[in-house]
Amino acid sequence: MSPIISISGLSKTYATGFMALKTIDLGINRGEIFALLGPNGAGKTTLISIICGIANPSTGHVLVDGHDIQRDYRAARSLIGLVPQELHTDAFESVWGTVSFSRGLFGKPKNPAHIEKVLRDLSLWDKKDSKIVTLSGGMKRRVMIAKALSHEPQILFLDEPTAGVDVELRKGMWDVMRTLQASGVTIILTTHYIEEAEEMADRVGVINKGEIILVEEKAKLMQKLGRKRMKLHLGSPLTEVPTALSTYNLALADDGKELVYTYDTKSERTGITSLLADLRDAGIKFTDLETTQSSLEDIFVSLVRA
Amino acid sequence: MNFRAVRAIYKFEMSRTFRTLLQSVVSPVVSTSLYFVVFGSAIGSRITQVEGVSYGTFIVPGLVMLSVLTQSITNASFGIYFPKFVGTIYEILSAPVSYVEIVLGYVGAAATKSIIVGLIILATAGLFVPLHIHHPIWMLIFLILTSVTFSLFGFIIGIWADGFEKLQMIPLLIITPLTFLGGSFYSISMLPSGWQTVALFNPVVYLISGFRWSFYEIADVSVAVSIGMTLGFLAICMGIVWWIFKTGYRLKN
Ligand SMILES: Nc1ncnc2c1ncn2[C@@H]1O[C@H](COP(=O)(O)OP(=O)(O)OP(=O)(O)O)[C@@H](O)[C@H]1O
Ligand SMILES: [Mg+2]
Repeated sequence: MSPIISISGLSKTYATGFMALKTIDLGINRGEIFALLGPNGAGKTTLISIICGIANPSTGHVLVDGHDIQRDYRAARSLIGLVPQELHTDAFESVWGTVSFSRGLFGKPKNPAHIEKVLRDLSLWDKKDSKIVTLSGGMKRRVMIAKALSHEPQILFLDEPTAGVDVELRKGMWDVMRTLQASGVTIILTTHYIEEAEEMADRVGVINKGEIILVEEKAKLMQKLGRKRMKLHLGSPLTEVPTALSTYNLALADDGKELVYTYDTKSERTGITSLLADLRDAGIKFTDLETTQSSLEDIFVSLVRA
Repeated sequence: MNFRAVRAIYKFEMSRTFRTLLQSVVSPVVSTSLYFVVFGSAIGSRITQVEGVSYGTFIVPGLVMLSVLTQSITNASFGIYFPKFVGTIYEILSAPVSYVEIVLGYVGAAATKSIIVGLIILATAGLFVPLHIHHPIWMLIFLILTSVTFSLFGFIIGIWADGFEKLQMIPLLIITPLTFLGGSFYSISMLPSGWQTVALFNPVVYLISGFRWSFYEIADVSVAVSIGMTLGFLAICMGIVWWIFKTGYRLKN
């Protein structure tokens, strides 16, 4: 299956001389949800802006469903819906007006039924006649999503779509994304909420300092690093791990007040039972115990730190 | 050609105008009336006739042009500056539209508005002095040509401006003086001969002269030259707009 977006040798140097992207090569598969993660300033928005025609690339090419974004911009752009990171809205327009405007701008004939559906899906229907200034931040963000969906795009870019959206609505937006994906739309999303990527993405890409440092299927990624940690809060702090316990993968944390045991959930035996027995034999008492799954967040942090 | 996009932009811009209807229409009417009171009555009582027409009648084309020029520039520059300023330009840039379509939408709307204002001023003037238009078709051609040209010029300013001061600087520091010195309220032949030559470097002189000719068949320079200069300026503006979109100047970073 050929990718719906293929990026090759793409770089971007801003007028300030700052190189925001260094030779990006990336393919986005048709119909997938691709989560692009990266710390602030990594180049996520820059990459999206180039694909959507808001910024010019310095070198390289991007094909959108086979159309070059520069030579064949009309065909390329008409497939794309963009929800930018910043909230840019026409304050005095009505919700209905601004969403209809977007559809017209993309050259699509009027279709009130479609716009009604989009607004209903995003729980904006009762606000359709409100002026945008009168809406809350989360509602404005949904208006931006409605604008992007107004022209029935095949590809949807969501640059931090759920920033500033409450938990319930975020779940609602995830449902909207899933429905879109089911109807064949490819979604590229950036987010700082790792759980959002864990929840939604088929594949995850990590970008740091203008370079893609990892692209992996989420399931594989989670599996590969499917480790768990058990943290014991000790009754009295230790200065070092007792030699009697040296066979376990143990480490001290929080000035010796915590003992951390890392184990693989996939292995036959986790070693927890014997560890607890050995701890008792060694006379080490603990006041509390917690286990955490190593998450995408840990993976992300370790990648970006490296 | 993405006509739906042109229409969407045009409609959006026009509805912005109608939201500020009072300011867009009432203020030119009021200021025109004031010009008539001040210039027409006060000066007109001393200068009774200029080249065979009464002074009040003589200044009508200049007054219309004055408003059309400033309206075209402010409408068009604000029209494109504002989305740049609030960031909604992202949508225009990411839409499947060519620069021709963007310009048609924005400049078309700005020009429409200034033509409407020009006609309203003409009607207002008709309340003060008797009007007779010798060449109504040419009058409209000049009106449209000027509106379009200066809306294009305003569009360029709106793209170039990176702050509100710059946005207002050009109309205030260049256009208003050029219009006042361009023979809105007098005939160039009334100037000392040295200043007459200087005046010929003022493009607005050609617009007002041609426009006034369509009313009364009196002109400071020949009509052909007037049209030629206007078309020349139009061509320059189109060239600059083409370059802006080709390079993404101040639009894409
Ligand atoms: N117009 C510009 N001119 C110069 N440098 C810019 C410009 N826009 C962005 N940059 C720089 O490019 C880098 C990448 O910015 P970008 O907005 O793409 O980051 P991001 O990954 O989207 O970050 P965030 O998570 O904060 O949104 C940053 O260092 C930023 O300072
Ligand atoms: Mg960003």
